[in-house]
Amino acid sequence: MSRFMLSYTEGSSVIHRLCGATKFIFFLLWSAVAMTTYDTRIMAAMALLALVLFGVSRVRWREVSFIFALLLLFMGFNLIAIYIFAPEQGVEVYRTRHLLFAGYGRFTVTAEQLFYLANVLLKYCVIVPPALLLIVTTHPGEFASSLNRIGVSYSIAYAVSLTLRYIPDVQRVYLDISRAQQARGIELSSRASWVKRLKGAAAILMPLLFNSLERIDVVSTAMILRGFGKNRRRTWYSYKPFTFADIAVITVSVLLTALCLWITFKDGDRFYNPFI
Amino acid sequence: MSTKENLILSLKKFSFQYRSQSLPTLYDIDLEIRAGEKILIVGPSGSGKSTLAHCLNGLIPHLFTGKCEGEYLVQGADALRLGVFELSQNIGTVLQDPDVQFVGLTAAEDIAFSLENSCVEPALMRPRVAAVASLVEIEKHLACEPRDLSGGQKQRVSMAGVLVEDVDVLLFDEPLANLDPATGVHAITLIDAIRTSTDKTVIIIEHRLEDVLVKGVDRIILMDEGRIVADMSPDRMLSSSYLHSAGIREPLYITALKYAGAAVTEDMHPSHIDTIELGRRNDSSSAASKLAAWDIANQQGPSLRQHEVLLEVRNLSFVYPGSARAGKVVDDVSFALHSGECVSLVGRNGAGKSTLAKLICGFERENSGSLILKNRDIRNDSIMQRADHIGYVMQNPNQMISLSMIFDEVALALRSRGISEGELTERVNQALDVCGLYPFRKWPVNALSYGQKKRLTIASIMVMRPSLMILDEPTAGQDFRHYNEIMEFLHRLNRDEGLTLLLITHDMHLMLEYTTRAIVVSDGKILADESPARVLTDDALISAASLKRTSLYDLALRAGLPQPQQFVQHFIDYDRRVRSR
Repeated sequence: MSRFMLSYTEGSSVIHRLCGATKFIFFLLWSAVAMTTYDTRIMAAMALLALVLFGVSRVRWREVSFIFALLLLFMGFNLIAIYIFAPEQGVEVYRTRHLLFAGYGRFTVTAEQLFYLANVLLKYCVIVPPALLLIVTTHPGEFASSLNRIGVSYSIAYAVSLTLRYIPDVQRVYLDISRAQQARGIELSSRASWVKRLKGAAAILMPLLFNSLERIDVVSTAMILRGFGKNRRRTWYSYKPFTFADIAVITVSVLLTALCLWITFKDGDRFYNPFI
Repeated sequence: MSTKENLILSLKKFSFQYRSQSLPTLYDIDLEIRAGEKILIVGPSGSGKSTLAHCLNGLIPHLFTGKCEGEYLVQGADALRLGVFELSQNIGTVLQDPDVQFVGLTAAEDIAFSLENSCVEPALMRPRVAAVASLVEIEKHLACEPRDLSGGQKQRVSMAGVLVEDVDVLLFDEPLANLDPATGVHAITLIDAIRTSTDKTVIIIEHRLEDVLVKGVDRIILMDEGRIVADMSPDRMLSSSYLHSAGIREPLYITALKYAGAAVTEDMHPSHIDTIELGRRNDSSSAASKLAAWDIANQQGPSLRQHEVLLEVRNLSFVYPGSARAGKVVDDVSFALHSGECVSLVGRNGAGKSTLAKLICGFERENSGSLILKNRDIRNDSIMQRADHIGYVMQNPNQMISLSMIFDEVALALRSRGISEGELTERVNQALDVCGLYPFRKWPVNALSYGQKKRLTIASIMVMRPSLMILDEPTAGQDFRHYNEIMEFLHRLNRDEGLTLLLITHDMHLMLEYTTRAIVVSDGKILADESPARVLTDDALISAASLKRTSLYDLALRAGLPQPQQFVQHFIDYDRRVRSR
């Protein structure tokens, strides 16, 4: 069950020891650059750097492999969709047209389109690994305080971290409910038709939903009784002051962000164009 | 003592009506609590005791709105004008379910939660957290996440989380509801120790009277139908008839004394088994001699009929796949269930009781061993095939009910088995009839009470006509009336329909009163397979299964009866006859 879920795994690498807030700031800057730029050289460098970070963190591949495979599948669908809706998007972007294969009707194959799709894929490869790394190396207790530290309101930050925490519990309840329902003949395996499976899923989700709502009710009462929401701000037991490493990482990432953005925009275009 | 100065809470002519209800839930409450007192508030479900707790800690009227009348003062200040946050600085509440109220991600963070909300600097928090953690003996587990803590440890964390604010009053809302008997004793002992060392005022709301009285209380306040019906010392309360008429279970030793025809009076100090005075054996009017005479007169045992073996579990072993925990969850377990038996499966949390039940139902697959049902190996049967013979009822009925109409809910299993409409209607009606729900068959599910929902889930299993039903904690969190209602119903199914029952439970009353055998599980192994009377008088088994020695045994010892264990059995047999009348 746990292999389907991303969760914090203990470790002692430099990345594990950084403040959660530092990792959040790094991730925000990193994604900002990755979203903005289409400069192949920068993205390739970032993808390489992401691999290095993974190595440094000593996170085991099998912990993230499932979710990574899932995301790859999703990327694949996305690339196909881009091609179907705009087979000559690359031509428009790079303003040249090298036809490799005439194809069928509007579905041509151009060097520009292939290069454009490769860039989109590269972009995902740049954004996804650090996101996984952030989740796997940040202690859930630090999640809320880090979100709060970078400006998210503490009630939202706490809601996010409580949700993350209750996922395993909800999974367990789901499993219990689904087995009790299977005993009554609700079939969720591939042997049943999809209509039956859909009905079966509803029969499990309804009690699960009510169960979760009940729980939310009690937890919010418990939180109010202990003063949650009393003040506009709150402090955090798990607060860690920034260390030299944190400040260094933040400084370097700000500088690198500036550099990347400068390289990206210096020729007036977000795209690196090898065709001209 | 009763000067105005040390009055900490006072309610005068206090009434409350929820906005959504047509009648008040609390009527004319007059209650004075002085600093340092330890108060027990008892009452059946729906008596208004939880509503009173919500009023005391300020959730009413701040979170649950409605109409308040009368006066509520906290240290002389009008509490109705104070917010729930200000009140929480004075009155700390420990809620019922230690699992759900655990909001921090580690024990330390959970304890610090209210300090965080008061914007205390982290450097100042740490010593305060450490200090209260050692007060509740949890200091070694500060870095633990909730999943690594036992129920009792979680509850201690909740207590620390309230004590950290230096409150004057500690309010415990059904602190024993989710704990096994031994952990319950520990919790009550700890509450008592905290009160002695910190002089805090303690209010405990609970219906498990005997378990709270393990340590003394100053007063018992009895609530029924929204009113305070009695407010007196425990000795007086236990020698009165108030508890009985409100439907609160008396301590078992009191019931035994009453069966023996001994009058329970205040000067016998009946509030604790160690203080009760039973008089001399040679004085024929003393309680001790009446108990002895009764013991001799009631030596007839029940006629035990041995039926054929229904289910045989042989050398069953199981390890959770990929589990980090060393050792088997179920380790070479063998036992047999006979047709028509009612057996309890007991043991501390995590001992392997639930896993054993899941293996029998096919929810998990054993690593080795065999399961023989009616002389047939069922290891290769699917969950659904096994369900035709073995029914499983979860603890929380809300987790089992998936349709909105009562008839459809019961019919679900038959519809998915392709039974014709005619036969289906007949079987559903019959199951509803057996479970006393036939008049409600056209009603929606949400019109039912908790106890009725429990019966509905049982009906929806009964409809498959299983020969064995496994119930997980059938009476957890229920008051005496609902306990009786559910258990008498199960007893009738067992007696009249011949349904074999296996009950997973922590409830010692249930074990004694309704089951003929108790299987004790510890660390995945079966420690004992004995009569409940033997289990609950054997100190080694009691500690291994996290149970508590029954007070009946102590009563027999105090009365100087020759065979205390036999006395327990005689009590059970007699009690069974009284109940079946």
